[in-house]
Amino acid sequence: MLIKSSKCRFSTGFLRALIGSLVLASLSTTATAYTIYVSSEKDNKISVIDGDSLKVIDEVAVGERPRGIALSKDGKTLYVCTSDADHIEVLDLKTMKITHTLPSGPDPELLVIGPQDKYLYAANEDDNMVTMVDIEKRSKVTEIQVGVEPEGMGISPDGKWLVNTSETTNMAHFINLQNMKVEDNVLVDQRPRVAQFSNDGKQVWVSSEIGGTVSVIDTESRKILKKIQFEIPGIHKDLIQPVGIQITDDGKQAFVALGPAARVAVIDTSSYEVEKYLLVGQRVWNLAFSPDEKFVFTTNGVSNDISVIDVGRLKVKKSIRVGRLPWGIVVRE
Amino acid sequence: MRLPVEVMLSCTERLQHLIRQCVSTVTLIDSLKPTHEISDQTTRDFYWTYNTHGIKFAKMPTLNCFMKIGRCFEKAVVQKNKKDESDIMSALLTTFLLALIYLEPLHAEPLEIPIGLITEEQGDHIPLSLLQPVIEDVGEAGALQGIQDNNTTGRFTGQSFTLSVEKVKADEPVIQAFRKLHQQGIRVFLVNLPAEKLLQIADQTDAKSSLLFNIGATNDNLRQHECRANLFHTIPSRAMLTDALAQYLAWKRWTEWFLVIGRHPRDKAYAEALKRAAKRFGHKIVEQKQWTFEPGARRTDSGHNREQQVVNEFSQVSDYDILIVADESNEFGEFLTYRTYRPRPVGGTQGLSPAAWSGVHEQWGATQFQRRFNEQHGRWMTDRDFSAWLAVRSIGEAATRTSSSQVNKLKTYMQSPEFNLAAFKGRPVSYRDWSNQLRQPLLITSAKLMISVSPQPGFLHQFTTLDTLGYDRPESRCKK
Repeated sequence: MLIKSSKCRFSTGFLRALIGSLVLASLSTTATAYTIYVSSEKDNKISVIDGDSLKVIDEVAVGERPRGIALSKDGKTLYVCTSDADHIEVLDLKTMKITHTLPSGPDPELLVIGPQDKYLYAANEDDNMVTMVDIEKRSKVTEIQVGVEPEGMGISPDGKWLVNTSETTNMAHFINLQNMKVEDNVLVDQRPRVAQFSNDGKQVWVSSEIGGTVSVIDTESRKILKKIQFEIPGIHKDLIQPVGIQITDDGKQAFVALGPAARVAVIDTSSYEVEKYLLVGQRVWNLAFSPDEKFVFTTNGVSNDISVIDVGRLKVKKSIRVGRLPWGIVVRE
Repeated sequence: MRLPVEVMLSCTERLQHLIRQCVSTVTLIDSLKPTHEISDQTTRDFYWTYNTHGIKFAKMPTLNCFMKIGRCFEKAVVQKNKKDESDIMSALLTTFLLALIYLEPLHAEPLEIPIGLITEEQGDHIPLSLLQPVIEDVGEAGALQGIQDNNTTGRFTGQSFTLSVEKVKADEPVIQAFRKLHQQGIRVFLVNLPAEKLLQIADQTDAKSSLLFNIGATNDNLRQHECRANLFHTIPSRAMLTDALAQYLAWKRWTEWFLVIGRHPRDKAYAEALKRAAKRFGHKIVEQKQWTFEPGARRTDSGHNREQQVVNEFSQVSDYDILIVADESNEFGEFLTYRTYRPRPVGGTQGLSPAAWSGVHEQWGATQFQRRFNEQHGRWMTDRDFSAWLAVRSIGEAATRTSSSQVNKLKTYMQSPEFNLAAFKGRPVSYRDWSNQLRQPLLITSAKLMISVSPQPGFLHQFTTLDTLGYDRPESRCKK
């Protein structure tokens, strides 16, 4: 088709402008606003990323060596394990200021928030304890003795169970939150890092970093239903080290971060088969979904960035540069 | 056969707790009428029914656990001394026999694993630096940390580990120490002795059915042609250490070495390993000298004047990239840094050093591990402590996974591809099945910081890059 050049210029320019304005309009009306928070272990800060533009919009200085972070259920507060400061810092997300600290026991690494934002539970790697903290009273309620080097913390959706993993004992400890007693211990593979409940609470998935497997445990019987293995051509199995786990709300798909293998495995939960390995940044550890579950964000410790995975297309869309050694990640609606 | 037994017990709270832990069908029959009067008011009364048709256990109790319950029953019966004593006893015996039959296939053995440590008293000289502590419990402290870690896990699995230490003087025979521990029923040994004494023990008839871990001897011949089926090595060999250093220097392209060798046979052995590593990884030894000065007193007033002169003159050789020193006795290596004629770095046994462990290591979760050790022992962990910890943890891991304390089962598991251990090195460590040598990443360290970790990127291997360090399967005369 022949179009006169001048007209063509005009019309494409016009079209561009039109499309541009339409896109802008659609973005401003339909986009769901959410915010991503990332802790940088080396830079002692929390990076704030806008979910629409996927750009870093703010950075907040926090205490020494921030690792695990967790959002309050009401979305107003971010709790930060500042490991080398030996406490938990409380970040008000409205003012972006640290308002106070909470006691946590020495070297807190990961924490979870209980129902109704009443208690938080932190794993203390140094003294083999899980510490229960009253958020309002800002005081330690109790400590529970677990295995050597407790790390992973998963809380069941109904708030009845807390599953803690101990890295040198290689167990998932089932703590009954009613009486704060360890009621069962499930032996898993070497160096369990993360415990993640499925949305219906029926399963808890535990990743073993050095064992290279993910154990799917039935919450009720505490039997291992399946041990998921990973295999990536050209990468030695020693370097496939599962850490972060996220399971979709409908329970159909799970995403597992594989550490130095620089991949995220996508798992079909009905067959426990790996559907796909997605190439992300180096030493990928933790993961978080966007609220609409259209995206998964990963923290890549060695390449200092966040990979954005498009869940629908199972493709890595983008990477966002953040502070050095990104560690924990949460998304707020 | 249905055999309802109703037993009343009065025993200590600790034992009651134990029983509750062991048997889930224990029904506290507060609701039932007690069949016996309780005379002992000092202990809490404890009733339970036991139905042999449905013995169910919350967790498989160990035989030992049952023995303790048995003693508890016995005590109760003796205390009662009533007419129905024989009824209770016969009922108990039947129950126990049935219980034992149930348990036989799973736990035919007690899961208490005593571990022995045979170590040479440290007659070694005073360190050259005031900052280096004189360590007297090397190996022992690491083993204790392993025992502690195993027992924390053991709390949940019903296994327990203990350590018995035998120290021998350098001029004393070692066999007695071994026999003494062996007679106590110990079958797992950590040995921190020179190679020839280690082999003396390994070759004892009694040792054939035992499991020995070498935590001190780096001699390559133990991995090359003097292998023993009952002997595992958690300490790296000299070849592994020097390969680790040579790989890093290859990455740096510091390929021209000035080799300085001490006066002891072990310095010469280290130098031999260095020469092999140089050849493997493309280095050239451009200069080589023996350090022949008598060490004399370790520390002297005005000593630096002499060292400054001596090292300056000694190191006037044609150019090189790095001075590599072989001084395992730590007699002079520390003198070399900053005193060489040319402004060149120093590595080897001093300076930039390869090691299995060092106080400077804090990656892959090592920080917590180091802190635990430091708090308990007031010093940093050494190579040998780490090797002792590895040995104890290997046993712990094998015992947990096999639910066994039998040496043969533990050994088979440790040599199988299923065995892997998390050791704060970023990837699993395991045993080479031809030489029973533990393969592991090695640290390249300076006095204050970790510089790198070998194997280095780019050094590839058919099976695992960890086997680029030390003698690989085709090079070793030890065969599975």
